[in-house]
Amino acid sequence: MRGKTWGAVVALHLGLVAVLFALNFVLPVYHQGVLARVMVLAVYAIGYNIAFGYTGLLSLGHAMFFGAGLYGAGLMGLHFGMSALPAWLVGTGAGALLALVVGALALRTAGVSFMIVTLMFAQAVYLTILYFGDITHGDDGFVVPGVSRTLAGIDLSQQHPRYLVGWVLFSAALLFSLWLVRAPFGRVLVAIRENEERARLLGYDTGRRKLGALVISGAISAASGAAYGLLFGYVGASFAGVQYSIFALLWVLLGGAGTVLGPFVGTLFMFYLIDLATGVTDAYMLIAGVVLVGLTLFAPQGIVGEVRRRLWRDLP
Amino acid sequence: MTDTPSKRLSGASSALPTRRQALKTLAAGAGAAATMPLWSRYAGAQSAEPIRIGFGKHATGIGAAYGRWYERTSVAALAKINAEGGINGRQVELVTEDDGTDPKRAAEVLEKFASQSKCDIAFGTLFSHVVIGAAPRAAELKLPYFVVSEGHHVASGMLNRWTLQPGITDVKSQVTAMAPFLTNTLGKKVTMIYPDYGFGYDHRDNLTPAITAAGGEVVAQIAIPPTETSFTKYFPKIPRDTEVIYHVMVGPAVLTFVKEMGEFFGPSRPEIFGFIDSLEAVDLSSPGLEFLEGTYFWEGMPRYLQDDAPDYVKAYRDAVGIDANGASTSDGADVSTAAHMFGCWETLHIIKAGMEAADYKSTDDRQALIEAVEAMTDMPAGPDHPQGAKRFNGKTHQVFGPQYISKVTDGKLVVAETVDYEDTLYPDEVDYTTMSF
Repeated sequence: MRGKTWGAVVALHLGLVAVLFALNFVLPVYHQGVLARVMVLAVYAIGYNIAFGYTGLLSLGHAMFFGAGLYGAGLMGLHFGMSALPAWLVGTGAGALLALVVGALALRTAGVSFMIVTLMFAQAVYLTILYFGDITHGDDGFVVPGVSRTLAGIDLSQQHPRYLVGWVLFSAALLFSLWLVRAPFGRVLVAIRENEERARLLGYDTGRRKLGALVISGAISAASGAAYGLLFGYVGASFAGVQYSIFALLWVLLGGAGTVLGPFVGTLFMFYLIDLATGVTDAYMLIAGVVLVGLTLFAPQGIVGEVRRRLWRDLP
Repeated sequence: MTDTPSKRLSGASSALPTRRQALKTLAAGAGAAATMPLWSRYAGAQSAEPIRIGFGKHATGIGAAYGRWYERTSVAALAKINAEGGINGRQVELVTEDDGTDPKRAAEVLEKFASQSKCDIAFGTLFSHVVIGAAPRAAELKLPYFVVSEGHHVASGMLNRWTLQPGITDVKSQVTAMAPFLTNTLGKKVTMIYPDYGFGYDHRDNLTPAITAAGGEVVAQIAIPPTETSFTKYFPKIPRDTEVIYHVMVGPAVLTFVKEMGEFFGPSRPEIFGFIDSLEAVDLSSPGLEFLEGTYFWEGMPRYLQDDAPDYVKAYRDAVGIDANGASTSDGADVSTAAHMFGCWETLHIIKAGMEAADYKSTDDRQALIEAVEAMTDMPAGPDHPQGAKRFNGKTHQVFGPQYISKVTDGKLVVAETVDYEDTLYPDEVDYTTMSF
């Protein structure tokens, strides 16, 4: 990528970060709350995108990493009264560790088999949460105690602190993602996605790099889950269910797999699609379905993917 | 293209007004003056705007059958309330949003109620995980949140001052109230069969000590994973000396469960007691359920019209639109969730009473509304409380009411015993009134 184009790319991403910061002060309360939630969930999608979009690892089990972060942080608060930052670190670490273990086993497979194996692992994690209901409060879940929703004396349940913490996390994940895909490690991931055999023949240890990608992906997904629990105050098994694995895939596909901005655009688009459709009809899922089918037919590379194909070929 | 008003103004500013312009201005002024009475009427309408109640409906997801009937009951209750003059002279509107029976969406729906739909309060959530997921947002938004959930999460102290459950009893009082009937009437040795997750644990943890206190014994606890679709391998685990089977299976596999239990025991079965949650919205004449004849069920409110039903119960059923079998009057196959949905009716009447006691005028009075409801105690049976006489505990934000034990007789549920609310009370586990708003 030429230096001038790269400068424009950096400006675009920093511009988005700046706009999101400014929106905290101008958006109506409802939309500000929505955007806070979307930013945190977009971090989950960014994590998923590193595995799926850039490395070609189609996982149907990423909810286990999101759930590991959610429960890792939430349980630290519930049982040990840990404050927000250490609890978030524990949650993120739990997700990274789980990704390392799952990756070491699941990456012995590829393609459809990998998809099914990750799905099975995620189901095992979900059932484990239910099984240890005395600790996890099972399917009911629990409310995160106030002590864990405090960061340096700031109450994270308040509107502006919550938004700004979500913004910091999102900005960090977005810029990390942008850096990663341009770094040598990220380029090898793309090479693996395009042709793993060729990457291996070039001398790269693709197995280790895929494991590395999955651990990074799992850690980012868990960072999102941990932040979600701490910012929004609830930890529940439904977040570790299969539908939250599908959500991540959906958001990334809609926004554009293998694009840095795609996960955010996809998450935002999906939220407002559902939110606006509910105001039109009770059969809002029908509207959502039709729009998704249309998008799949006419923009198969996702929204940002189409922008890259038609307008800006160097967009990462 | 036409000139914009701003363009015209900027052009006119440099010149004196013409006679035509002056006449136009005068005419406009006269027109504006003529609308003054309309303005005052509009100002009056501001205070008479409808009260808006946000209803988080389980329209999709696992709770859809409940959501459909919760909405019908709520619409019927508000029609009655509005016909009787509304609340503080204002009509009441229901603003319905699907929460997908999902805790994340439920929290978003509360945000929408509070800041988009301009609702005065939120109401109506049933499933425990949805309530627990949404309640923290209710407190953050300072939005009164009236749940109709029957979970113990409110009275356990897990939630907050803005969340109340004044219209339906909780599972702890329901379960403990059943123990004396089980041990005194059906048998001393009880085997429990329950789903291996939160709902089942509520029953396991509350019934076991209650049975012991009532002089009985739980001889086995059989937890069945929620993913199970066949149950034959579990029935041999039932001890041979079991006198009563207590079952609370829920979900689509419940019909299989009952059918396989019937095949296992044949004609010589122990006494069987279940919670109607297993068969809410399910027709008791469904194939395979014949085995339930002569067994007993807990009901929050009788599904079938009882011979001795008072007039206010009949009026409630007519208003909601259920026939003598507890099914929709417009579709006999559409069986209601009668054991739970009365909670919506009663909660809306409590909201009315609370708003009137607090002289509720606007969202500024939300805190006063909570305090007014917390001050409530006895709720006599009648048109506002057709399920029966209750007592509300303002400290725990939980109501206590009668529990019904019905026997399946000729394919219908006939009430065999009623437990009054006095026998369902348990010590307080929290005092929400000491918490700040």
